[in-house]
Amino acid sequence: MTKVLELEGITKRFGALTANDDVNLSLEQGEILALLGENGAGKTTLMNILFGHYAADEGRVRVFGKELPSGKPRAAIEAGVGMVHQHFTLADNLTVLDNVMLGSEPLFRLRSARTEARDKLMQISERFGLPVTPEVKISSLSVGERQRVEILKALYRDARVLILDEPTAVLARPEAKRLFETLRGMTKEGLSLIFISHKLHEVMAASDRVAVLRAGKIVAERDTNQTSADELAELMVGRKVERPVRQDHDIGAPVLIAQKVRVENGSETQLNDVSFQVNAGEILGIVGVSGNGQAALGALLSGLAAPTAGALTLDGKDVGHIGPRGMIKAGVGRVPEDRHSEGVVGELSLWENAVLERIRSPRFSRWGFVRQRAARAYTSALIKRFDIRGAKPDTRIRLLSGGNMQKLILGRVLANDPRFVLANQPTRGLDEGAIAAVHADLLAARAKGAAILLISEELEEAVALSDRIQAIVKGRLSAPISADKADAQRLGLMMAGVWGDDENAA
Amino acid sequence: MRLERRANVPLYLMIVAPICAIFMALFLAAGLILAAGVNPLTAYAEMLTGALGSRLSITEMLTRATPLILTGLAAAVAFRARLWNIGAEGQFFAGALITAAIGHSLGVPGWIGIPILMIAGMTAGALLLAGPAFLRLRFGVDEVVTTLLLNFIVILFVGLMIEGPMRDPFAFGWPSSVPVDGAFRLPDLIPKSRLHIGLLFAIAAAGAVWVVLTRTVFGAETRAAGLNARAAAFAGISLPRTIMGVALLSGALAGLAGSIEVMGVTAGVTTTMSPGFGYAGIIVAMLAALHPAGVVASAIFVATVFVGADAMSRATGVPSFIADVIVALCLLTMIVALLFTTYKVRR
Repeated sequence: MTKVLELEGITKRFGALTANDDVNLSLEQGEILALLGENGAGKTTLMNILFGHYAADEGRVRVFGKELPSGKPRAAIEAGVGMVHQHFTLADNLTVLDNVMLGSEPLFRLRSARTEARDKLMQISERFGLPVTPEVKISSLSVGERQRVEILKALYRDARVLILDEPTAVLARPEAKRLFETLRGMTKEGLSLIFISHKLHEVMAASDRVAVLRAGKIVAERDTNQTSADELAELMVGRKVERPVRQDHDIGAPVLIAQKVRVENGSETQLNDVSFQVNAGEILGIVGVSGNGQAALGALLSGLAAPTAGALTLDGKDVGHIGPRGMIKAGVGRVPEDRHSEGVVGELSLWENAVLERIRSPRFSRWGFVRQRAARAYTSALIKRFDIRGAKPDTRIRLLSGGNMQKLILGRVLANDPRFVLANQPTRGLDEGAIAAVHADLLAARAKGAAILLISEELEEAVALSDRIQAIVKGRLSAPISADKADAQRLGLMMAGVWGDDENAA
Repeated sequence: MRLERRANVPLYLMIVAPICAIFMALFLAAGLILAAGVNPLTAYAEMLTGALGSRLSITEMLTRATPLILTGLAAAVAFRARLWNIGAEGQFFAGALITAAIGHSLGVPGWIGIPILMIAGMTAGALLLAGPAFLRLRFGVDEVVTTLLLNFIVILFVGLMIEGPMRDPFAFGWPSSVPVDGAFRLPDLIPKSRLHIGLLFAIAAAGAVWVVLTRTVFGAETRAAGLNARAAAFAGISLPRTIMGVALLSGALAGLAGSIEVMGVTAGVTTTMSPGFGYAGIIVAMLAALHPAGVVASAIFVATVFVGADAMSRATGVPSFIADVIVALCLLTMIVALLFTTYKVRR
């Protein structure tokens, strides 16, 4: 085997922060290497150095034995390195072919070589098993298809080493599986791959070798078949992390009941006669492939959308039409799906974000003036109780990591002992340590008698936390099943819309 | 080379940035002054002495700064909430018109009448901006267009009134409205000058706006809504109410500027009473990085340029339009400077 890529002693500092510290790494021909690490471990920085987006402070990058000049993406592309970013870099209003050709054509030419380009694209598409239609616009493609175009774009430029940054972050489970099958096939065509991930199960399933990055250093390299998910988790976090386990306890009376609730937006029916019931001290899990009505369900329970038919009651009182403020007052705690765009105002401080939802309550304001001292004290208490790291009440919240931001959001919800909690994708994008903390917080609220509705695309999470599970498919909900009876196959069928009508009992 | 977002903007940068922007603008304008055949250093020296060189010039400059502080606050309040109020000029005239209309026949003593006229001016300004704000909230009409166009409508309406029903029969030459009752003329702040106590009202308004923005629930909700509307809505903040509140406050400040200008300086309304106070307010607000305290300082700077440019023009023959050029250049350089306060360059 020959080394296609070598990183030697790469060090990169950002001010006081050392993002990469003397990193040595190599990639063999035809190999899939997983670069595993928590958020902020330095994975993306390392790949950006390799691709020439950043210049390393120290160290060398060699591709096929030849050293790359630092800080020049063009040189990396010419040497045969392709990168697929987590956030796609495609022009939506152009066709697949246009996007693939973009930037690889000379700027001045009388006639663009579309026919030749098209032929080359189709040839690559066939060879690597990545079917595309060159003439459709990107805007009409699904996320999975867009990613395929990104990969084709790299291959079109004759990439022989492909770097994928968190390739499954935007994909549903079956799409992710298909992607890894495709990648495996591509190695047979002589390609070598590095993919960045913080998800253990896909690293275990899809890689030949794993390099674990922690705090900017490579702490371990393992052959995938000689390690285990548990070992990798420990290496990645630096200590043993175990997700908390749900304890059996008595379930209380019904708290939140939805009866044949329908939510419409214009002519589109987003939720179609959904019924569910969440009891005190119980977690109800809602699973499903993303885009099947989870957003509408989240909006309904946050108070941002109102039912057009049916009834939503909390402790017997109608809460369908009371808006976000009404929901908060009624004792509903809401964890939004997207922390950054809905959960917090990034430019504001921690304390402002902590009290924003209840800023008009007498606790935090008097005669229209904000009681800043009370708000700061409250935030300090939240920071302590929910172990929010690296922050003071006056820190701007966008400087926090995703996990710590989520802890604040959970904290402001749970500190008020809510009757009902909506947890919408509460661990999306978080690393192992943060996931464990979020799970522990949710289970603690459950033990205190809160009724919790968990919307999740992670099946392990839904099964581990929930007492009962319902699947959401095209705006409809399946009948609930008990979590003990939920196995991957059954949930898979439910998420595909296949469910029996005799499943009424929990 | 790339731009990297700063974690925190240090305080010194917030002060250095506008100063750099001003020097850059003066440097660029120097080219035009050279083209007019005058040594820029001489011209700027004339400008400084013209605006700050004597007791009279300083009071003139502060008289000019008074409405600029208020229109600057109007722009700052609105822009913070991403309500693009370009209509401070119109709101200024609305405030001025209503003050003159009821100020010549209101039969009460000054200490009651002056507050009443101020409130009337503020109400007129607020209502004038409430319309565009409503149209944006209800129908998504771009307020940049509506507020800008309303300026012309209001000024033409003022022209209509002062040539018709409100015409002062004793005014010669340019048409003007009947002046307000002598009891409602604002007392002089410094004797034998045009400087009136309106300056104190303007500075007090800056203080009040600062308190409202930083200390009140309304201020916090406005900031949240301006920075991230989705998160604010999720937290239960009513966006329409916030935007409408901001519109009323912003319009009221610009209307107050017009009201004070009538009671303090012109006594009656004319269509030429504002050399673009409303538009200059936008620049004042930008130079201040939308900060209320900074608005006072930047209004004084802009007033210095305006008053100084007249003096410079008399002494050197450079057209006084150079003031508009300098102030407009300041807006451009300030936008660049603001980029460097939020981002830093990394190689």
